[in-house]
Amino acid sequence: MENQALYKYILGIADNSLILGQRLGELCGHGPSLETDIALTNISLDLIGQTRSYYQYAAKFLGENKTEDDVAFLRLENEYLNVLLVEQPNTHFGYVMARQYLFDVFHLMLMEELQHSKDITLAAIARKGIKEVSYHKRFSGDWIKRLGDGTEESHAKMQEAINDLWRFTEELFQMTEDDRLVTGEGVGIDISKFKEAYYDEVTALLREATLTIPESKFFISGGKEGRHSEHMGYLLADLQYMQRTYPNMSW
Amino acid sequence: MDKNWPIWEVFVRSKNGLEHRHFGSLHAADAEMALENARDVYTRRNEGVSIWVVESKYITASNPEDNGELFEPAQDKVYRHPTFYNLPDEVKHM
Repeated sequence: MENQALYKYILGIADNSLILGQRLGELCGHGPSLETDIALTNISLDLIGQTRSYYQYAAKFLGENKTEDDVAFLRLENEYLNVLLVEQPNTHFGYVMARQYLFDVFHLMLMEELQHSKDITLAAIARKGIKEVSYHKRFSGDWIKRLGDGTEESHAKMQEAINDLWRFTEELFQMTEDDRLVTGEGVGIDISKFKEAYYDEVTALLREATLTIPESKFFISGGKEGRHSEHMGYLLADLQYMQRTYPNMSW
Repeated sequence: MDKNWPIWEVFVRSKNGLEHRHFGSLHAADAEMALENARDVYTRRNEGVSIWVVESKYITASNPEDNGELFEPAQDKVYRHPTFYNLPDEVKHM
């Protein structure tokens, strides 16, 4: 394939949106209240909308009349390049919001830089996504403050989720070989430089939410190289079922 | 403890220059959440440019039982409509 590195770079960004969108989509009809249900589904649709734009672009690198659906639905688990954070399950609402916020802060930083990419397609997708992602971060951040600084029970559950998901945050800033290659060409973004600002911002919000910042220095990664957690296979089974069972079906 | 979130009334201005109109109501634990919920429930199809929310308990409503004394006396007072003037032709858009 021509430009394999760029193809994988696009997937590295897009797969995060697809998998997180899928996780939020699982809550459709199961949200804790009607209003929250609609809100989470809205965010899911924002993310899947972004994913489509990326995959339509990525499919061009595959040639042979491949489409966005091939990219979305017909890869094997180890060909998905999303970070481990976004595939973690919706254990309870605290987890849903913690996962969302920990991703949103990073996501917005990425979009704000990517809009200046030399690749005009990526830049355009990022520019369009900034407003959506800003809202996601506002929504999830507000919920973390509300739950962290809420009742004893909500505080405990929020803290539990933050403690559990913290170990997936460092992977956000890791660069694969392809990332470095594409970044060297002025197309990709050096995400490793976000790290300090990210932890500053997240720490400030968690403090405001009266939550304790986890001290653990133990971090897990692998998603970006296609090594996923035990939850990923189940998620993909759901996600891919229709295309696998009825190949080439469309709306 | 009451586990139900309070009800809020949502007012949306659909375009600049128009007034905010009542769109419906929803549940939320605080004003921020009410705004965000209203945004997601009532404006996700591009219906608005501004939202007001107010907790329903702060709205004082007339009692339907009082409708007789409140509203019926107005029914036979056609002279309160400005229909007894002859408008000059030059005045348009009235």
